Amino acid sequence: MVNETGEALFHVHNVSKAYLMGDVEVNALRGIDFDLWGGEFVVILGASGSGKSTLLNILGGLDVPTSGEVYFRDHNLTAAGEAALTAFRREHVGFVFQFYNLIPSLTALENVALVTEIADNPMDPAEALALVGLQERLQHFPAQLSGGEQQRIAIARAVAKRPEVLLCDEPTGALDYATGRVVLEVLERVNRELGTITAVITHNAAIAGMADRVIRLSSGRIIEEHRNPGRIAPADLSW
Amino acid sequence: MLRRDLWRLRGQVLAISLVVACAVASYVAMQSTYRSLLLSRDDYYARYRFAEVFARFKRAPEQLTDEIRRIPGVAAVQTRVVADVILDVPGLREPATGRLVSIPERRGPILNDLCLRQGRYPEAGRSGEVLASEAFATANRLRPGARIGAVINGRWQELQVVGVALSPEYVYEVRGGGSLFPDNKRFGVLWMGRGALAPAYNMEGAFNDLALTLSRGASEAEVIDAVDRLLAPYGSLGAYGRDEQLSSRFLSDEIAQNRISATYVPAIFLAIVAFLLHMVLSRLVAMQRNQIGLLKAFGYSSGTIGRHYLKLACCAVSGGALAGIAAGWYLGLRLTMLYRDFYRFPLLRYEAGPDVAAIALGITFAAALAGAWVAARQAIALPPAEAMRPELPAVFRSGLFELSGLARISSSNVRMIIRNIGRRPGKACLSMAGIACAVAILVIGQFFYDSIDRMIRIQFETLQREDVTITFTDPRSSKARQEVAKLPAVLRSETFRSVPVRMISGHRVKRTEITGLEPDGDLRRPTGSDLHPVRPQLEGMVLGTALASVLEVSPGDLVTVEVQEGARPVFQVPVALLVDEAIGLSAYMDSDALNRLLDEGNSVSGAFLAVDPKGADHLYTLLKRTPAVSGVAIRETMLASVRKLIAESLTITTSVLMVFSCIIASGMVYNGVRISLSERGHELASLRVLGFTHREVSWVLLGEQAFLTCSAIPFGWGLGYALSAYLAGRMSTELYRMPLVINSGSYAFSFLVVALAALLSGLMVYGRIRRLDLVAVLKTRE
Repeated sequence: MVNETGEALFHVHNVSKAYLMGDVEVNALRGIDFDLWGGEFVVILGASGSGKSTLLNILGGLDVPTSGEVYFRDHNLTAAGEAALTAFRREHVGFVFQFYNLIPSLTALENVALVTEIADNPMDPAEALALVGLQERLQHFPAQLSGGEQQRIAIARAVAKRPEVLLCDEPTGALDYATGRVVLEVLERVNRELGTITAVITHNAAIAGMADRVIRLSSGRIIEEHRNPGRIAPADLSW
Repeated sequence: MLRRDLWRLRGQVLAISLVVACAVASYVAMQSTYRSLLLSRDDYYARYRFAEVFARFKRAPEQLTDEIRRIPGVAAVQTRVVADVILDVPGLREPATGRLVSIPERRGPILNDLCLRQGRYPEAGRSGEVLASEAFATANRLRPGARIGAVINGRWQELQVVGVALSPEYVYEVRGGGSLFPDNKRFGVLWMGRGALAPAYNMEGAFNDLALTLSRGASEAEVIDAVDRLLAPYGSLGAYGRDEQLSSRFLSDEIAQNRISATYVPAIFLAIVAFLLHMVLSRLVAMQRNQIGLLKAFGYSSGTIGRHYLKLACCAVSGGALAGIAAGWYLGLRLTMLYRDFYRFPLLRYEAGPDVAAIALGITFAAALAGAWVAARQAIALPPAEAMRPELPAVFRSGLFELSGLARISSSNVRMIIRNIGRRPGKACLSMAGIACAVAILVIGQFFYDSIDRMIRIQFETLQREDVTITFTDPRSSKARQEVAKLPAVLRSETFRSVPVRMISGHRVKRTEITGLEPDGDLRRPTGSDLHPVRPQLEGMVLGTALASVLEVSPGDLVTVEVQEGARPVFQVPVALLVDEAIGLSAYMDSDALNRLLDEGNSVSGAFLAVDPKGADHLYTLLKRTPAVSGVAIRETMLASVRKLIAESLTITTSVLMVFSCIIASGMVYNGVRISLSERGHELASLRVLGFTHREVSWVLLGEQAFLTCSAIPFGWGLGYALSAYLAGRMSTELYRMPLVINSGSYAFSFLVVALAALLSGLMVYGRIRRLDLVAVLKTRE
């Protein structure tokens, strides 16, 4: 259970994001405010077009807001340049994508090693794969693994560099129920054992039960934010 | 849709267009040059009645002309007096050699007719008036009215240039007898009225040179035999046809070489065009699977879709083809104009007919369709339901790289590169083949330089080590040896004996000469292309390998030698040694052994001199007025004129080849990287999201092309060497052989140029890597 009296790692203040799609201006985010605290497991819920992906992109240093401020500790991500954002992603953020985004020409172990090679204080790649239960599949190429296994490699790759924040974009979106649950168990375990802030964006409301805190977005605004009284184990989730 | 596809592929279409432009430009330029030379030559020969059979001899009475005319197959006969003389040209430090050729007193149609370019025809009865050949006049800035000193049959005489002319006999104006490169300052033809020239050589009522044409259907060989029989008693050196007439032979060889290049160079380019189109369109079909499926689902026929890709290929090449036709037309014009400096035509017509352009377009579209065919077939074969599913992800499995343990010790980057190449080895091989072609083209360009440079080194550094060669008007007694040694500034002198002969082995016959060298001589040494000199042999002849292969003889074989002067003895001489000389068809003997066979004491034909440069001017002044000397050749000036000639002729060709191979290399690498980027953009963007910098991500992509380029270069060297060897064989003639020499600097140069071209195209794609859409990858399946 996370205590909000500790240090806020992320500080998001009055963030808006607008971009042009053709001639139409789309306001993806309108004045978002929230903080992320150390060790927290947060689920950001929202329907398609609610702005949740835009928010994740801004948190992950892939995009910058049109107005407002985002701080990671004392780094102002809003004012950071391309190189600083790359360094931020490299040092502090682990990403898990909906479609895994593994490198097809590298084995499971090598996919993880790819990231540990450029990290300062990484785990042993095999250890990271053991953490997601894939110690037996080290030498397999992505095409030789199931979707769930591929997503677990992606998680191992994301956590192997010991990031401070793990950002997951629809991590179960491409998986069936059973496999999705296994992936969520891995995420829960990583959060619990390593204390990595984990932010999962999803449209699947059932996942909200495993979070410390749930933020619900609609049309670019936070319409609801609540703290769960207790985290439900992924095995007990159903959808 | 067609326009949109072209616009989307604009970078690659531009790269392909450039290669197409090169292919078409090289074809149009070389074909036009070839045709221009061919037409200009044929036209010139016909209009100015260039003779078909030629003969030189000592002296024949004018009455013989009728007998020659009666030989079956002879159409027209021209008798002449021809003599080589030493000239003192104003402003020229060294003596020059002039070939005096008689012309009729009154101007009328003659064989080897003259084209008067400036001034007038010499007036009958005025003994000192001459026409000068245009090349000689231009090189020495002689205008009508200029005066030249000449030693004619031992007497000093002043000649007045009254006009400047051209003759089909001297389109390529060289002296012959070992000097095959033109030195227009020091050798020229002077035409003089027969009434003035004949008396100077005691040739009134006689002649020493014959030219004739053949009637339609006549056999040249039979006429030559008949002429030889008639002229044998008059000291004939043997009649010969146009194939042995030096100027005509050079021109024919040049035209033949043009024809070879006009075929091979464009063929290489077009193969590359087909491959590039194949690569780009296959990728496009893969990317447009969904659209193809949709269109098929809507009822578009496979034929319509297939035709779309074929049309796309044709559109992609048409711009390049048109640009290539224009560039080729201009390049051809420049090349043809360049020939004006070496080959003297009254009118060098540039012939770039519309049919050349039409053929160029035809073969370009054929190559484009060949390249697009596979892609179009893929599009046609795709069932709509399958087409609408995304392409299957790339499948990798363990292979040799993993089993050998190499994978374990390699970096991630190297692993990705090797596995991507290993997954589609065919594609990698074709990319490498293209880059290898670019390297090979550069190697070939450099080979011409290196080979000619070696030829020059053999000729002017190892074989000819004398400073000056003098030739006597007639063989002299051995007393001449002492006289030569006493000439001013002569540090060392060696005499030689040169005898015109017919060599016969079985049914093989060749007219050439044997040079007798002093056994312990040092100034002239037969030298092979390995730059290793050999000594003249006492027990036989040293033959050039080219002559040996004409005669089909090898060391130990006997050759029948018919001497073509004096008592015309016939003897048999064994071949002692072969030496692979680069120039001419030479035969050497020990001069003593040769003189013994000739049974004429120690006669000499000329001398090689090592000269003290400080006294050279004095020597030259003296030689300009020495009656016994008919020719003076100065090594240094010959070398300088050869170098100038080569610099002028090869610079354009090699620069063009360099531009072409840069375009090929860039086209290959640029398209390779662009296709990889399109195939792996998703993967690279993922890496960027994971925190890899631009530079690191670029390495993943460009590293593969760098690896392919570096691996292709040694193959390119090999291919370049093999093609150079082939071209050396095809372009070698009886007059000269191109030694197969490629210096290490040339390999390094080809490496640098191709590496630089690859680097530049890599940099162009680097900009695209910077613009990768990172956000999109999070949301899309590959």
